[in-house]
Amino acid sequence: MGTSTRLMTRMGDGTAVEMTREELRADIEDGIAAAVKRAKVPPLDDDEAAHLLEIFASQERITGVPVGDEVVHSCDGSNSMRASRIDSLTESEEGGSDLCELQQQDYSYKAVKTVVPSEQRLMQEAQYRLTIPVQYGAQADLGRYSKPDGPCPNWSQLLPAGRIDEARAAQEEAAAESEEDMFRIGQAMWEAGADGMNFDTSGAAGDADFLAVLKAVRRLRDACPDMSIELGMASEFVLGMHGELEWEGVRLAGVWPVEQLRLAEQAGATIFGPAVNVNTGRSVAWNVARAIAIIKPCMDVAEIPVHPNVGMGVCGVPMHPFPPVDAVSRVSRAFIEILRADGL
Amino acid sequence: MLASGMNGMRTAGDLVMRLQMTRGMRLREAKAYVADKLGVSVRDLSDGVIMQDVRSEFGIGRLTELENECVGEPTAMEAKFNIAELLDLPINCVDRFRDRVPSLAGERGTKEGAS
Repeated sequence: MGTSTRLMTRMGDGTAVEMTREELRADIEDGIAAAVKRAKVPPLDDDEAAHLLEIFASQERITGVPVGDEVVHSCDGSNSMRASRIDSLTESEEGGSDLCELQQQDYSYKAVKTVVPSEQRLMQEAQYRLTIPVQYGAQADLGRYSKPDGPCPNWSQLLPAGRIDEARAAQEEAAAESEEDMFRIGQAMWEAGADGMNFDTSGAAGDADFLAVLKAVRRLRDACPDMSIELGMASEFVLGMHGELEWEGVRLAGVWPVEQLRLAEQAGATIFGPAVNVNTGRSVAWNVARAIAIIKPCMDVAEIPVHPNVGMGVCGVPMHPFPPVDAVSRVSRAFIEILRADGL
Repeated sequence: MLASGMNGMRTAGDLVMRLQMTRGMRLREAKAYVADKLGVSVRDLSDGVIMQDVRSEFGIGRLTELENECVGEPTAMEAKFNIAELLDLPINCVDRFRDRVPSLAGERGTKEGAS
């Protein structure tokens, strides 16, 4: 294959493009450099970069890990619009899912709070119908607790007005409400027979959002020692919307995946899902190189499984409602073969 | 799933997942544990042909394509009872089921009570 041969690959928005092997190599190196600069992580070594190049230079439609190297896949939300919620879960089981997740259509713990008994009944029913683990999941979604949707002052309005102390107080109030809701719902679903809980997109509203989840996880771990608790992140670092919140002496604003992992472990999570946001203007190869470099420090220190979030718009998967299978298979293979993830 | 997944009950994916979820085991440790309990190699865990027979042997649930397949084999709750005992792993719904059926309450397997 000549160096000028153009290879089909994808951009972060899913668009198909052509790049030469050298252009792909340069993109991968640039992605690694971007991770080093932004997240202050060590670069991938030459072998890892070369391995990435081989994955992304491949022209097979679908690529994969060697037989025997397969991993488990956790998930969020197993609902289908074409079937009842429990039928959707059974479809997941028939389709080969390693676990499934019962969710409410409004994927927010604040929304779930109002319909807990019916969710409990569904969970109990689901456990009679399925063999694979069934967890319950939603998002902390801290913004829901601010006015007009919730009881707390709206910090998104207070911050631009320079009312910093009031904005911080509002976030602390919302975090307390959210923590209580997540704990109560977790207890309720455990009583209904759930195999565990999933706290998705933790930190989406910043450090107060992340704190609420950590506190809820700690309380659930103490109350339910055998509960599976999956803590998935929203982004590669936690925004300091408050700026001064701490957990176990660690300031939450600005923490990257390796610090997020340690905090999740301390809280009592059993699975940690880091997320690295996709830059849609760069290639999938660039995004994957960057994501792997950012997450890699987790793998040497993790005491619990690490399942990088490989959904739409994170960890290299194109930001498209139907991510192309060629891109997704390359992302999967890269995260298993190079990062040695415990799952996806 | 096609590129890298164990594919759940087609193989032993759900079992490995349970070890990760409940015990927080990393992948290599979870696979080794399950393989040991099933008496197969780690590589066999991902082999759908081997695992369907193994799952039938242990009564831990199989996927079926036709309604008339696997009649009489444990499914869902029954299978999870067997999974809990085989893997020496607490399964919340199994413990709850025992609590609700007085005749089973005295036959607690892997743990004293649901958390």
